[in-house]
Amino acid sequence: MNQLDLRKKPRPGEALVQALLFLAGILSIFVTIAIVYELGKEAMLFFNDPDVTFAKFFSMTRWQPGIGQYGIIALVSATLVTSAIAILIALPLGLFSAIFLSEYASLRARSVLKPILEILAGIPTVVYGYFALLFVTPILKLFFSGDQLQSYNMLSAGLVMGIMILPLIASMSEDALSAVPRSLREGAYAMGATKLETSVQIVLPAALSGIGAAVIVGISRAVGETMIVAVAAGAGPNFSFNPLDAAETMTGHIARISGGDLSYNTIDYTSLFAIALMLFLVTLVLNLISQRVVNRFRERYE
Amino acid sequence: MLMENTYAIETKDLSIHYGGFTAVNEVNIKVERRKITAVIGPSGCGKSTLLRAFNRMNDFVPGCHVSGELLMQGQNLYSRNVDPVEVRRRIGMVFQKPNPFPKSIYENIAWGARINGFKGNMNELVEQSLQSAALWDEVKDKLQESAYALSGGQQQRLCIARTIAIQPEIILMDEPASALDPISTLRIEELMQELKKNYTILIVTHNMQQAARASDFTAMMMIDENRSGGVIEFDETKKIFTRPMDKRTEDYVTGRFG
Repeated sequence: MNQLDLRKKPRPGEALVQALLFLAGILSIFVTIAIVYELGKEAMLFFNDPDVTFAKFFSMTRWQPGIGQYGIIALVSATLVTSAIAILIALPLGLFSAIFLSEYASLRARSVLKPILEILAGIPTVVYGYFALLFVTPILKLFFSGDQLQSYNMLSAGLVMGIMILPLIASMSEDALSAVPRSLREGAYAMGATKLETSVQIVLPAALSGIGAAVIVGISRAVGETMIVAVAAGAGPNFSFNPLDAAETMTGHIARISGGDLSYNTIDYTSLFAIALMLFLVTLVLNLISQRVVNRFRERYE
Repeated sequence: MLMENTYAIETKDLSIHYGGFTAVNEVNIKVERRKITAVIGPSGCGKSTLLRAFNRMNDFVPGCHVSGELLMQGQNLYSRNVDPVEVRRRIGMVFQKPNPFPKSIYENIAWGARINGFKGNMNELVEQSLQSAALWDEVKDKLQESAYALSGGQQQRLCIARTIAIQPEIILMDEPASALDPISTLRIEELMQELKKNYTILIVTHNMQQAARASDFTAMMMIDENRSGGVIEFDETKKIFTRPMDKRTEDYVTGRFG
């Protein structure tokens, strides 16, 4: 009889775990599809309205579906302005903090500073909103004369949103920098490089894809952020690229309108889904652009 | 006229400590200029630690400190007013695993020269350095390609080329061929013979044939009863391998040990 048994033995545990992992993966895909489906379905109702055309949707500069004004750009502009300010603040500051934490800080300094940074990430955004409205805006008023700066304004909301995503960008970038192999740093130091030259010219480029991911997540957070802009940026659509003006972002508008009495199947109701779909598209496009940029500049070290 | 010092670098009672533990104990060796000096010994005897003390790479290890003196032209490289960045500019290093920068082949060479203030013709420098490292013919048509497209042996020669480009006086090599196949290893050894015309080379290896073939002087290291490494014998390579003074050296080089 043949002693060598090479037949596959039943491994029930393995199969079970495999099934669970598969289910978990499927679930997140399913939820994503469900969301897109629901958004698309309701948004279709909006676009099927005889009065709504894509031309109006993209070319009008006012948004008030109740009276036939469908210019989404009045909401998109505020989202772009606040997000741009946020990323302009968070990217350099986050990157500098990350370089400091990963390359310069002593182990002890890092063990104190990183948790503090992460506390920033745990503050509820509504608190950030009132911080923007009641603390940052009054300070900004000192720098602008008269009514140049409105009480609700995109600048203050954008700045505070930048502070909100700073820990995220700093923390993710720090992980990316720390993941760069030590041998690269040693190679640079052995060439007579200073710490700054090593950090900025060798380690930073090598970590670029991770930093790019941090920026993408940061942008998505900024574009999707609701409470800060709802509280501090303004409560009315306004097509303006002037950060000193009050304006309402896509998210802020959805939050405000859906909070009131809203009956189903009115144009106001379905328009919210059109905004949400637009928001989805904006985030998608920004992600694609950032990915392009990262791929262009990344340096592989694998 | 004063006679030129024939030693490129020497150690006086050089010890390396990690916290309270002495990893390398009181090393006294004189490294001759434009010669190849090998450091051999069993694993864990502190060869690499000693080598890394020569260009102050140990500065990056928390808790590591050095006592004794490391003298280059009469100057102690561990004295308070010495900048380790300046030390590393004069004492280059090639590591065990090839570690080219994630840049193009050209930039790998040019970067080090640029940060060290090189103002001359960069194209020329890149070509010369690659030629000195016996790599030019293989890469001259793809200088703008990533250094990671090269084979391991080519990457290691690129690392040697970038070290040459900053024109150091001494080149430290930490088992530069241990991650390479025999043919690449041979090329590195041939290259070392070429390089010693202009540079002083200090190489750590645990390949005894390599030390015997390639080096002029050999330092034999061993750990003592306190687990501290030390140089037990330092002499011309042919003496170390034919009639060593120390019984332990003899046992080691004849393969009766470790």
